[in-house]
Amino acid sequence: MADLRINLAGIESPNPFWLASAPPTNSGYQVQRAFEAGWGGAVWKTLGEPIINTTSRFAAVSFNGRKVAGFNNIELITDRPLEVNLKEIYDTKKRFPNHAIIASLMVEPSREKWHEIVKRVEAVGVDGLELNFGCPHGMAERGMGAASGQQPDLVEAQTMWAKEAAQTPVIVKLTPNITDITMTAIAAVNGGADAVSMINTINSLAGVDIDSWNTIPHVAGKGAHGGYCGPAVKPIALNMVAECARNSKINIPISGIGGISTWRDAVEFMLMGASGVQVCTAAMHHGFSIVEDMIDGLNNYLDDKGLLSVNDLVGKSVERYSDWGNLDLNYRIAAKINTDVCINCNKCHIACEDTAHQCIDMLTDANGKNYLQVREEDCVGCNLCSIVCPEEGAISMIELPRESMPMTWNERQHALAKLMG
Amino acid sequence: MKHSSQSSISLTDLHVNFEEINAGLTNADAVDESNRCLYCYDAPCIQACPTGINIPSFIKKIASGNLKGSATAIMDANPVGASCARVCPTEELCEGACVLNHSTKPIMIGNLQRYATDWAIKNEQTLFEAGEKNGRKVGIVGSGPAGLSAARELARLGYEVTIYEAKAKAGGLNQHGIVSFRLPQKVAQWEVEQVEKLGVQIKTNVTVGRDIPVDDLFEHYDSVILAVGMSKVPMLQLGGEDLDGVYDAIEFVEGTKKGDLTTELIGKHVAVIGAGNTAIDAATCSVRLGAENVKILYRRTQKEMTAYEFEYEFAKQDSIEFRWLTAPIRLIDNGHGKVKGIECVKMELGEPGMDGRRRPVPVKGSEFILEADAVIKAIGQTRHLDLIDAFDLAHHRGVIKIDIDTFQTSNPKVYAVGDVIFGDGQGEAMVVSAAQHGKKAAYAIHQQLKKSISETA
Repeated sequence: MADLRINLAGIESPNPFWLASAPPTNSGYQVQRAFEAGWGGAVWKTLGEPIINTTSRFAAVSFNGRKVAGFNNIELITDRPLEVNLKEIYDTKKRFPNHAIIASLMVEPSREKWHEIVKRVEAVGVDGLELNFGCPHGMAERGMGAASGQQPDLVEAQTMWAKEAAQTPVIVKLTPNITDITMTAIAAVNGGADAVSMINTINSLAGVDIDSWNTIPHVAGKGAHGGYCGPAVKPIALNMVAECARNSKINIPISGIGGISTWRDAVEFMLMGASGVQVCTAAMHHGFSIVEDMIDGLNNYLDDKGLLSVNDLVGKSVERYSDWGNLDLNYRIAAKINTDVCINCNKCHIACEDTAHQCIDMLTDANGKNYLQVREEDCVGCNLCSIVCPEEGAISMIELPRESMPMTWNERQHALAKLMG
Repeated sequence: MKHSSQSSISLTDLHVNFEEINAGLTNADAVDESNRCLYCYDAPCIQACPTGINIPSFIKKIASGNLKGSATAIMDANPVGASCARVCPTEELCEGACVLNHSTKPIMIGNLQRYATDWAIKNEQTLFEAGEKNGRKVGIVGSGPAGLSAARELARLGYEVTIYEAKAKAGGLNQHGIVSFRLPQKVAQWEVEQVEKLGVQIKTNVTVGRDIPVDDLFEHYDSVILAVGMSKVPMLQLGGEDLDGVYDAIEFVEGTKKGDLTTELIGKHVAVIGAGNTAIDAATCSVRLGAENVKILYRRTQKEMTAYEFEYEFAKQDSIEFRWLTAPIRLIDNGHGKVKGIECVKMELGEPGMDGRRRPVPVKGSEFILEADAVIKAIGQTRHLDLIDAFDLAHHRGVIKIDIDTFQTSNPKVYAVGDVIFGDGQGEAMVVSAAQHGKKAAYAIHQQLKKSISETA
């Protein structure tokens, strides 16, 4: 039994699984149910001036018949009075003293407003604060959320204001709706943030109803962009976490968010530098009980790997993530088709023939049996055939013997420059 | 799924015929199927499982790649969960309750359960640990599903458990009684080993009441669990029953699980008397032993037979002939002490009897003779009356009377689980129900004894 406890910038929780600030953490009733189910922490639905929500708020993208590959929402921050939320936070913390409760906050970019809300929230015993600089819809039109999160100077200033009043750790939640997330992450560091969390949702339109021509979702026949999350955004989130983790100027813990549905996703985020993870869509799809397998699966994985603590995972793959210019140009792999396993769908052939490098031949053996074969000398090792192959074990990407010493693009350019001298 | 139907029966290597029929799910099948599960809340499949396995949870764990967790979730609720994955009448239980019956097709819960437990078997996993010893001892008579299940739970609660098994191998019905092509011996054996790993001692080749007096058990153990199942097939009470070539179906099936397979039935005509699941087992085993023609004789109709629907379908695929409303009158000697046929009489259904089923009545003058080189009796099982009497337990025609919540018998120190309590309206004889009995008896014993444990501690 591995130790699953984490300490993220001073915030302790019994396991790395927190509920993200979102509909599941709207009330004390919900957060308490979540803690009973096993969640280690919860980032309370963003507190601020109560807003008015629309009805019809969510939409999801199904992919080939599977529900909720991606999820889109236009719900705003809490629509309940601050006093009510604060009382419920107090009650919840009292009942679950060992679980992490982090208050997500969003106010106008003014020093006084930040000081005021930080003090009020800390007075009820939260373990930390998360500054919501990411919400991409609605609040952004009012100069908050992503609107402030897209401006590094505003991120830095607001972080500083929150930090001036804060006694507990301050996490800055970043928006992915920006060209380079490390810019705002560095701004958060400069503002004194204790940690960053990412990603918030991505600007999105879930779909258009091709019969009514309405947007999905629509509010009385009109739509507005929402925030996209769920399994579909995981690769985007993972990259942003990794980019921040490998940036030496961002030397604070990261709370990973974005499409995390299983313990495997959590392991990936932690290997890429997250000290803990936050989950929302998966819980909205299946209920709080999914955390049971997240904990159980993570524990079994750590036991299998012989790791005593989940913290031993954090950042272990970061050094393997770099710039393209640092990749070895002389490393070679090629596809190999196992004809005993192959079911002859020919998908690899046509993928290669039409859209890659024309190196998979359709052949017939002496007995008249069709088979597929890779011309290794022409294969560029792109992986496409193995990606489209439906049969496990039919195509393997095999490492080829080295023909020359490792050489990256950067090294090559450096060497060329020297030669040109 | 590949099936060995009669056409593929090998007469040169009979063992091939007894290999497991269902190939199991491939990895790709398991990923697809587990992701198809809706992960219902308050799922009806859980309610439908006698052992209450958290089915959506174990399926989710397959989907997430947490196979150890999946196998643990299954085996935690059902100590013979690997066997049950193969032998449960799933369409009447979990799969029958699956909400997808209303929209597409139910999740293959049994096959997924098998996939997860097969992984645990293959990877030699130890899923549970014994509890800290509490100084109390429990003796269990019988190592079948009910006895093993009770032993597993008691060991986890810290009891020192000893099982007495009359046969040479532990496992009871799963080891000896279920045809190999449905349940290979290695699966039942793995479940036995899982229980042994918790420190449970299994004394095989020991018949309680013969090799060890019942009083010894009362003396040595704080509680005793009787999980002896049922005994042989009763006599037909017909002439010629002692002829060569007349078999007891239980012993007959058991014989196919012991290693050497008889070649005596190759090309022969076999008649099975009875139409329960054991009769089907005997018939399908006969087919796999090379019999040319196998008939099932039943004195009532298809409607009254007790075999599961899927067993009936399976038998038909094996080209087994069903002779409804046919009862044996006597078995015919070939002049050398061996059976050569059965004299039968046609029946018709009369008024309903005590059990609500219409009673078969012979049709006068309808006698006829069926040729048969072997006759297998599968008309139910007798009960271990001698042992029940030796324990001095209240019973009704061999069905031990128990408290239905605690499984306690008329002797407060003795609990009874599994087939010894099935019948007379007390539950349905399924492996999965026996497993649940074992669990519940273990918890009841713990309730009873834990007071004294804390007093002495």
